[in-house]
Amino acid sequence: MDKEVIKLEDIKRDFKVGSEVVHALRGVSFSIMEGEFVTIMGSSGSGKSTLLNTLGCLDTPTSGEYYLDGVAVRTMNKDQRATLRNRKIGFVFQNYNLLAKTTAIENVELPLLYNPKYSKKERYDMSVEALKAVGLGDRLEHKSNQMSGGQMQRVAIARALVNNPAVILADEATGNLDTRTSFEVLVLFQKLHSEGRTIIFVTHNPEIAMYSTRTITLKDGRVISDEYNGKVLDAAEALAALPVEKE
Amino acid sequence: MNFANLFRIALKALSNNKFRGFLTMLGIIIGVGSVITMLAIGQGSKKSIQAEISEMGSNMIMVSPGAERRGGVRMSRDDVQTLKVKDFEDIRDNCKYVTLASPTVNASGQAVYGANNTPTSVYGVTQDYLDIRGYKVKDGDVFSDQDIHTSAKVCVVGQTVVDVLFPNGEEPVGKVIRFGSIPFRIVGVLESKGTNTMGQDQDDLMFVPYTTVMKRIQAVTYLQGITCSAISEEYTDQAIEEIGEILRENHKLKEGAEDDFNIRSQQELSSMMTSTSDMMSTLLAAVAAISLIVGGIGIMNIMYVSVTERTKEIGLRMSIGAKGRDILSQFLIEATLLSVAGGVIGVILGIVAAYVVKVLLSYPISISTGSIILSFVVCTVIGIFFGWYPARKASNLDPIEALRYE
Ligand SMILES: Nc1ncnc2c1ncn2[C@@H]1O[C@H](COP(=O)(O)OP(=O)(O)OP(=O)(O)O)[C@@H](O)[C@H]1O
Ligand SMILES: [Mg+2]
Repeated sequence: MDKEVIKLEDIKRDFKVGSEVVHALRGVSFSIMEGEFVTIMGSSGSGKSTLLNTLGCLDTPTSGEYYLDGVAVRTMNKDQRATLRNRKIGFVFQNYNLLAKTTAIENVELPLLYNPKYSKKERYDMSVEALKAVGLGDRLEHKSNQMSGGQMQRVAIARALVNNPAVILADEATGNLDTRTSFEVLVLFQKLHSEGRTIIFVTHNPEIAMYSTRTITLKDGRVISDEYNGKVLDAAEALAALPVEKE
Repeated sequence: MNFANLFRIALKALSNNKFRGFLTMLGIIIGVGSVITMLAIGQGSKKSIQAEISEMGSNMIMVSPGAERRGGVRMSRDDVQTLKVKDFEDIRDNCKYVTLASPTVNASGQAVYGANNTPTSVYGVTQDYLDIRGYKVKDGDVFSDQDIHTSAKVCVVGQTVVDVLFPNGEEPVGKVIRFGSIPFRIVGVLESKGTNTMGQDQDDLMFVPYTTVMKRIQAVTYLQGITCSAISEEYTDQAIEEIGEILRENHKLKEGAEDDFNIRSQQELSSMMTSTSDMMSTLLAAVAAISLIVGGIGIMNIMYVSVTERTKEIGLRMSIGAKGRDILSQFLIEATLLSVAGGVIGVILGIVAAYVVKVLLSYPISISTGSIILSFVVCTVIGIFFGWYPARKASNLDPIEALRYE
């Protein structure tokens, strides 16, 4: 497991707001190996989302180089980046971003629709597989408005998994969930990690960092600490230890 | 992304908002429906006029005396005495492009048999006239050349006249009726032709030898007109030219002098009569086209709303790998589906409406495949045209901004 999935070299991202320039990222460099579970921490406005957008090829840095799975992203055009997102990246958002009035399976299938390689049958099979992996094998035909927040987030995770991406990016993926459901989602991420997936998880919550293998902390657009976690906690145990809610 | 997938996505999006989709289509439905109905009615009346005319003989040429009437100076035709029997005979004998020719001298008056009488018209003609106008003799026969030569007092009568004069079903052939004070022996009865488009009863007449009318009824030496038939429709122009030359020579008109006669073909008459219905069709189609454009603007409007409403969805699609052109196609397909579906419903409703008009008002209608195909083409164009800007807007969204949109 020493393949470099992500390599950032002095990434800078400036935003022009009126006559002022906001330096959201002021030179960020790090590498992430295949199979790492990284949390990105930092106070509000420190540049976490900007960094994640860059990693997800949604945004291009003002300067610096970014290699995803060995490919230089900065020089790519819009369409190439769209294809790259489709093949190598899975996004999980804080507010799930499922399509309304659409079933779980249709939501999960979405990334595959934009890849002409897959037939209808393959799309269906892969989506069922992904939904089973997040424990929703029995909720295939449920519409997004017929599910709880935790279930919706799991559908979103299944959607991020379905194209078998090089890296899964999550921005505050537990931000809208209660403690219990947060842990359920964390259990899921740990399971995916144990299966060898690379995960980058942006959060405010320092507790969550204890369940990942590495924590990168940002401040004012710079990396102020980058530490490996000697003792990774088990989310399943923590979940079991939670007091059972009264009926 | 292949087309089938985009199509499925667009269909799904539309089915999420069925009622709104229907309201949006309404403009197109009404537009296409009215185009189809209007064209069906317009084409129908035009066709029935044309059918009537071609039944009369599409290669018919009519010569009337007097210069072409222009502006306010309108001479009574009866005052113009330029057409003579010799003109008719020369046309009949010398025109290569004319097969049939007959002079016409008409009179109207009262036909009487026993206690029954009816006002009717007498047409002084030759046997050719019946062929040119498509009249057939049902009982008996047409008068003969000998009858023409001797100005015989014989007649061929139309069904309307027969019905009035012989109400008890007597055999008319051989009977002697009076027209004015002159007795005519009936030699033949015409097959009924019914009324024409202008509502005239084509059976309310009598045909007699033209010489009889000239000598015994009118006591004149000139003709009211000459009716001819060109050898075929393509040769009408040549025939008209030939007739003109003969008449100018007969009438000793000098170079540059105005014609003292007037020749018109059936085709001119036909285009004259259909031009009104053409104009109506064009006018109605224009109104319908405007409603189609209004429908298109409705689609554009709703697509803009839809793009704004679904900004987040667009952001999500882009984040999972949709390219700008995927989004563009998706919204274009949606707009086109709306307008084409509206077109299909409109065509069906238009056809139904046309049949309702046919049944209730007994209008002649004619639905052309051309107008249906045209409707679909126009709908597709409208969908793409009016869907383009909203779809463009959607495809140019920035994914990060779009995802953040609330
Ligand atoms: N599109 C933009 N235009 C201008 N400034 C921006 C834009 N996006 C981010 N910024 C600025 O960049 C800085 C970093 O923003 P970012 O969203 O990355 O912070 P964050 O760490 O994700 O914060 P939070 O924890 O609140 O989500 C902020 O100062 C923000 O105002
Ligand atoms: Mg953020």
